[in-house]
Amino acid sequence: MLDVKKDFPIFNEQAKKFVYLDSSATTLKPQTVIDSVADYYSKYSANVHRSIYTISEKATAAYEGSRSKAAKLINAPTNSIVFTKGTTESINLVAYAWGRKNLRAGDEILLTEMEHHSNLIPWQLCAKDTGAILRFIPFNDDGTLDLSDPDQYFNSKTKLVSVIHQSNVFGTVNPVNDIVKKAHDVGAIALVDAAQSVPHQPVDITDIDCDFLAFSGHKMLGPTGIGVLYGKPELLEKMDPFLGGGEMIRIVSLSDSTWNDIPWKFEAGTPNIAQAIGLGAAIDYINEIGMDAIHKHDQELLKYALEKMREIPNVTVYGSADERGAVISFNVENIHPHDLSQLLDYDGIAIRAGHHCAQPIMKKLGVSATGRASFYVYNSKEDVDRLCESLVKTVKFMGG
Amino acid sequence: MDNLKELYQQMILDHNQNPQNFREMENATSKAEGHNPLCGDEITLFLHVENEIITDVSFQGSGCAISKASASIMTTLLIGKSVKMAESLFNKFHTMITTGEISEDMGKLAVLAGVYKFPSRVKCAVLSWHTMNNALHGETSLTTTE
Repeated sequence: MLDVKKDFPIFNEQAKKFVYLDSSATTLKPQTVIDSVADYYSKYSANVHRSIYTISEKATAAYEGSRSKAAKLINAPTNSIVFTKGTTESINLVAYAWGRKNLRAGDEILLTEMEHHSNLIPWQLCAKDTGAILRFIPFNDDGTLDLSDPDQYFNSKTKLVSVIHQSNVFGTVNPVNDIVKKAHDVGAIALVDAAQSVPHQPVDITDIDCDFLAFSGHKMLGPTGIGVLYGKPELLEKMDPFLGGGEMIRIVSLSDSTWNDIPWKFEAGTPNIAQAIGLGAAIDYINEIGMDAIHKHDQELLKYALEKMREIPNVTVYGSADERGAVISFNVENIHPHDLSQLLDYDGIAIRAGHHCAQPIMKKLGVSATGRASFYVYNSKEDVDRLCESLVKTVKFMGG
Repeated sequence: MDNLKELYQQMILDHNQNPQNFREMENATSKAEGHNPLCGDEITLFLHVENEIITDVSFQGSGCAISKASASIMTTLLIGKSVKMAESLFNKFHTMITTGEISEDMGKLAVLAGVYKFPSRVKCAVLSWHTMNNALHGETSLTTTE
């Protein structure tokens, strides 16, 4: 098991012994990431790609250095990495700059029933604008996708397939390689929402072969406000810009303009420089531990937590896929998740309670909300023990 | 633990486990639905009003302990009250839940005073009251606390 709590200053700041189990929502930050952001602001806080003086060049080098690190992390070419403010913006970028240009009335957008709202609402908006139709691959009771009859979903009308790699509710790791292949077989473009997978397992673009892939910095120990859209360069080249402004242009006249090269064509305005640099530091930190070691650590915690939680009477765990990440959604009989979360908080334990930005999943499960415990590098088996002790105590307190 | 007891007082736990007037009302003179999208709390509130007097109040739905207890306690207080008194109590309750200030005649509603320290739970406590207020004034559209 990893032992890296000491790298995360928040554990020193908290008065009570703090158990953080909400890494699927956002992760804590190691000192190296915090320092990298502070260093930029205190030592070289100039704009990028603009000025001819030392600290601007340093800022540009650090900003572009982070792009190279993000590219290397997913084994992609550097010019395929567009910085956005997060997964949500990445998906919206595709929905606007690719979707609205290429989708026509009657075309089908294929999603799954387990999408996060960030991979549902952009397509609802796109479908309204273009007349395209939304279709959904359903999920089974165990939280896996029902791909028993793929021909029903993948057909000549399918133009775009967008799927969550690892479910933020069930933890299920979906078979994206197969899904991408099926999409390509019918001539569709494939997008993978990798917000929950890139932080927790090795992700290789050349292996998945998707056309677009989106992830967020803050879910992988980096700052908020920075994310990545990977796009196949030949697709990015053909797309129109998403936002217009400075940086994304080449030659501007009053009536018309030409665009910068990819990926800068999609980065209008001054970007989130400090956040991008912080993401670079987060990737360095992850590489130092090693993604395989992180995955192993996660899996060991997951196994331990599932065993311990299933021992507690009245606890229902949602999802039981064989291949899954360290995310456990659950309910305790007769205790609303918000009460549960509030009561665990008194013991210094932070879990998520709610619909996890996946209201259609809650509806299908027949619940209004669930509790969710999610794990990352700084969690330990002791954290799991603390969670389970507090759960038992809470059941007793609420009169169970 | 003291803080915890301040929010989850025994009376709240009791009302959560055994909510009062938790039933449908067939002869309701008005009813309204309330929804708290953040928590998924849902409530249907039934009122029977005769000559400006609330003769019966009941509710159904699902929600957290705070929302359920708040609804339950509310129903026990409103039966037999005039519409005007109910409105006055609604305003006092609203003040208490957002400021912690307890008026003299709040009675057992005071057990919910601790909620004001937990901004994310205020919506849970006020859902039933807003829904009741809408039912009282014939607002049939869905009440939401978002």
